[in-house]
Amino acid sequence: MGVPRYWREIPSRYNLIGKKCGVCGKIYFPPRSICPTCRRKSAGKMEDYKLDGKGTVESFTIIRVPPPEFEGKSPYAIALIKMDEGCYLTGQIVDCNLDDIHIGMRVEACFRRIQEDGKRGAIYYGYKFRSLKS
Amino acid sequence: MRDVAVIGIGMTEFGEIWEKSFRELVAEAGIKAIMDAGIEGEEIDALYIGGMSTGRFIGQEHVGSLAVEVAGLEDLHIPSTRVEAACASGGVAMHQGYLAVASGMYDIVVVGGAEKMTDVVGGEATNILASAADREWEAFFGATFPGLYALMAKYHMHKYGTTQEQLAMVAVKNHYNGSLNPKAQFKRRISVEDVLKSPMVADPLHLLDCSPISDGAAAAVLAPLEIAKKYTDKPIKISASIQATDTLSLHGRKRFDALPAAQHAAKLAYEKADIKPKDVDVAEVHDCFTIAEIIAIEDLGFVEKGKGGKATEEGLTALDGEIPVNTSGGLKAKGHPVGATGVAQINEIVLQLRGEAGERQVKEAEIGLAHNVGGSGGTAVVHILEVI
Ligand SMILES: [Zn+2]
Repeated sequence: MGVPRYWREIPSRYNLIGKKCGVCGKIYFPPRSICPTCRRKSAGKMEDYKLDGKGTVESFTIIRVPPPEFEGKSPYAIALIKMDEGCYLTGQIVDCNLDDIHIGMRVEACFRRIQEDGKRGAIYYGYKFRSLKS
Repeated sequence: MRDVAVIGIGMTEFGEIWEKSFRELVAEAGIKAIMDAGIEGEEIDALYIGGMSTGRFIGQEHVGSLAVEVAGLEDLHIPSTRVEAACASGGVAMHQGYLAVASGMYDIVVVGGAEKMTDVVGGEATNILASAADREWEAFFGATFPGLYALMAKYHMHKYGTTQEQLAMVAVKNHYNGSLNPKAQFKRRISVEDVLKSPMVADPLHLLDCSPISDGAAAAVLAPLEIAKKYTDKPIKISASIQATDTLSLHGRKRFDALPAAQHAAKLAYEKADIKPKDVDVAEVHDCFTIAEIIAIEDLGFVEKGKGGKATEEGLTALDGEIPVNTSGGLKAKGHPVGATGVAQINEIVLQLRGEAGERQVKEAEIGLAHNVGGSGGTAVVHILEVI
């Protein structure tokens, strides 16, 4: 991965900056340029919006055969998470026993190392999720 | 728009075909289809070829030109277009060929699909396949392609009570069908226990819930229905060719227990062909993972949403069932050279409708359906074919 390609997504990956439609108010993450409900009316009206970072596990899996960039990191959990703002995203669940992960589990975002680029020596950071202690 | 027919088909054996290059695979499938159709090279007006990631699998892009060269058609200078829509590349190439003939622009069109996946080492193939997912927002965080289908499987199991055994039964059925298909990569029959004992790839999907890495090519020749009889006694009419799209990412979809693009394509295809799901006699569906077939038979309306696992268990989709699904062995057992898959599905349906499917022939098959999916559901193509 080229470093600029990674750098461009930093605000969203570090701080969960998504978009809010200036017309209907719906929140999108990852960020979108057009609201699929308001379409044309939303052009130029999508505003930055920071997610609170809390959500619920809709589904999850344990990756046992990882892609090359995650060699040596498996097994790890990947989940489909519904954020409290109503949007969905994909992320890892960490800091817990893999057996304790379940659908409906409350989670919160944390800032972590995601992957390393061996050749360039670059380390890429972003969000992962951990159990939300109420 | 004119009616369109398939007048010829051809495909290579699928599998790890180390002795044949991409070029040879394309040539073999294309020549077989042209011979089957009984056409002369100079009658061909255009080529469309599906290929997912030839650039990364074999370092070769520009395969439209390559296809013309291997077919020896360069002096005709006919248009040749490579089509890419991940695992639906072949189905989308079929749709493009259909449109070209239906519109009246071209008469005889050859549609191909090919992929040579085994020249790269294992991990690299997985990484290339992950490019069918959202690189920035899924793969970057560690999601793999099997992982995305595993998310759907877990969701389906939680919501409807679908079991691992029911998932495994899809693989068992498709391996059985593959054992009757001389072109299939896997001709070995397996048991539910074999699937459940195979290594876990992404819970709840085991290795034997996943389609393999394959080499192969397939082709089909299309012509206007009105002149199809000139070439063959058994033209097969394409009564619907529908392509639909959804978000690239799984998390962007409206639901996770279905592929909305496939549901949409199926609805429009049934309307166009003026049939109901129960009228389908035989279907090839995109079983890249076992859960994908269960979701597919629901999306296609063969069973109610959530009942796909149970229906599989009860034998609805078996070779002797009410709607035999993946008689070829499906992606699971026949093999899944991604770009070729959509066209190979058409090959199987045409064989079935012509009554030439040998040991796996479905009795009195008159209406067949092919369901081809790209990525985790970002693209879906549904074709309905009919005996005339
Ligand atoms: Zn809006």
